[in-house]
Amino acid sequence: MASVPAVLTSEWTKIRSVSSTTWTLVAAFAVTVVMGAALSALLNATFDDLSEAEQATFDPTFVSFSGTVLGQLAMVVFGVLVVGTEYSSGMIRTSLAAVPQRGTFLLSKITVAGALALVVGLLTSFVSFFLSQAMLGDRGTDIGAENVLRAVVGGGLYMGLIAIFSMGVAAMLRSSMLSLGILMPFFFLVSQILAAVPGAKSVARYFPDQAGSKIMQVVPDALNSDPAPYGPWAGLGIMVLWVLAAVLGGYLVLKNRDA
Amino acid sequence: MIEAVGLTKRYGAKTAVDDLSFQVRPGAVTGFLGPNGSGKSTTMRMILGLDRPTAGHVTIGGHPYRDLPNAPRQVGALLDAKGVHGGRSARNHLLSLAQLAGIPAARVDEVLGVVGLQDVAKQRSRGFSLGMGQRLGIAAALLGDPQVLLFDEPVNGLDPEGIHWVRNLMKMLAAEGRTVFVSSHLMSEMALTADHLIVIGRGRLLSDMSVTDFISANSADFARVRVPDDGPGERRKLTASLIEAGGRVMTEPGGALRVTGLPLPRISDLAHGCGVRLWELSPHQASLEEAYMRLTQGLVDYRSTDDAKAGLVEPLPQDPYGSADGFASPEPVEVPQEGWYAPPPPVPGRAPAAAPAPSPAATAGPAPAADAVVGPSSAAAVAEPSSAAAAGEQTSKDLR
Repeated sequence: MASVPAVLTSEWTKIRSVSSTTWTLVAAFAVTVVMGAALSALLNATFDDLSEAEQATFDPTFVSFSGTVLGQLAMVVFGVLVVGTEYSSGMIRTSLAAVPQRGTFLLSKITVAGALALVVGLLTSFVSFFLSQAMLGDRGTDIGAENVLRAVVGGGLYMGLIAIFSMGVAAMLRSSMLSLGILMPFFFLVSQILAAVPGAKSVARYFPDQAGSKIMQVVPDALNSDPAPYGPWAGLGIMVLWVLAAVLGGYLVLKNRDA
Repeated sequence: MIEAVGLTKRYGAKTAVDDLSFQVRPGAVTGFLGPNGSGKSTTMRMILGLDRPTAGHVTIGGHPYRDLPNAPRQVGALLDAKGVHGGRSARNHLLSLAQLAGIPAARVDEVLGVVGLQDVAKQRSRGFSLGMGQRLGIAAALLGDPQVLLFDEPVNGLDPEGIHWVRNLMKMLAAEGRTVFVSSHLMSEMALTADHLIVIGRGRLLSDMSVTDFISANSADFARVRVPDDGPGERRKLTASLIEAGGRVMTEPGGALRVTGLPLPRISDLAHGCGVRLWELSPHQASLEEAYMRLTQGLVDYRSTDDAKAGLVEPLPQDPYGSADGFASPEPVEVPQEGWYAPPPPVPGRAPAAAPAPSPAATAGPAPAADAVVGPSSAAAVAEPSSAAAAGEQTSKDLR
């Protein structure tokens, strides 16, 4: 019986020994930070052009996480590849022959990759925040201000959860290509568009990314966005439920299907 | 010890493995033979607990694989040489597997040396040739120094030197008292490596016996006798004399005679006795490949529909089931063969000049084994349908 620490060690070796890990995580970091800083600088310069409502609900913390919309896609790729390449390479058979306990295998993989994504997410979140605040200058806020630290930590959690969600989906679909083909358009387009369509709004706000991103707002309904029927932590809770569902689905598929 | 009892696997309507029961004993190399798609890999995967049997069960040392304590230390397997993340180096791949079983990193370097990959250990496996991939897979199987080893088509893609190496490795592992279970679709390879043979076709057990038994049950020796071409008289005279002495005679398309049931010196004596000169008197042995083809004939899933080659699956001249005419008729029976087929050599993989080969090892010598691995091109030259190998050439419609 392969012990859990052994499987964790092995998964860590697997993750650190492929270059896709480095590239996707670096991309997630760089895209989020650069885009957040750039948008902060842009908003700072064009602040007077914003509508009154937008000015009233201006949320310097949330603005610094503008890059998350793109940066999360790199996290999706990371999560999908960690699980998906086991299938695309056929490594899954070797892995499962070595760890017949499939639950241990999947959960160890998700633990290691998820922890890594979380660490990178938190780093991204803090760097993004401080850099963006520097860009915002006088309109910026301070980490010590009310709820700001919660939002910054939440931004890191959000990135990590997105990665774990992707791992669960990839385990369910057992294919990198299929998972990316579904997740990328979903997070980049579908979710964003539906959130703007009047009729679909009330459903879309329960999507994992829409719900989870509320944690990054300090000012309620930041930048005149739609008011949500749940608070920041409840939003993150909704996202966690999505993540749990995806991981559970992935576990059931792995457990019951032939490798 | 691997034990399968009534192992069955169905995918929808298709039955991949059908009520398969067998035992694989320690201390011997057990060959697992069958045409492509006969269920070998599915069986292997079920042994390793990767696929769940529809019915029946399979155990290793009395335990189902999934219940084995620290399975990687007890069972090593090569399933798919390409089952490696291409971006990961050979060493890291093995290291991640070693860590699962608590195997020290030093053992990783050790097995890399054993399989001869130490120089490319740090390279990404994406650039590996198929042969290098096989070696990496074998290294992974050896990692835990397990008592039970499974190899699925280990010689695929290996060069002759590599094939030789794998062969010796298997024998060595078996000699150390381990259980070695090797699948292959190459009879010639198994004849050289295995001590015991389990042959399946369409998921069903066809044969389960030692290689020696398989040979004596399936191989058939004959002598080729060629007389001068100056008229049928000589040939008729000799044929009559041979039949009288208890031999069985058939003619080959080239005019030569296939004689069974008489030792070579006796044939020579008989020819001398009736005053017939001989241009050729040579011993031949039907190869195991041929016996295997006959066994699995009709159970091949993927076969070319162009039956030009199917006609080459000739009923052996010394067909044990009847053809009593062969004895009675003074005229030799024609060896049934296609007219266009170049007469000699009638035995697959052997040159007419080949020396007599009593041992199975010599029968299917390294050359045919290597040939068969190289591909269907060489198979075209020998008198076997090689339908399994040539399946890709033609449409894959089942004849039956």
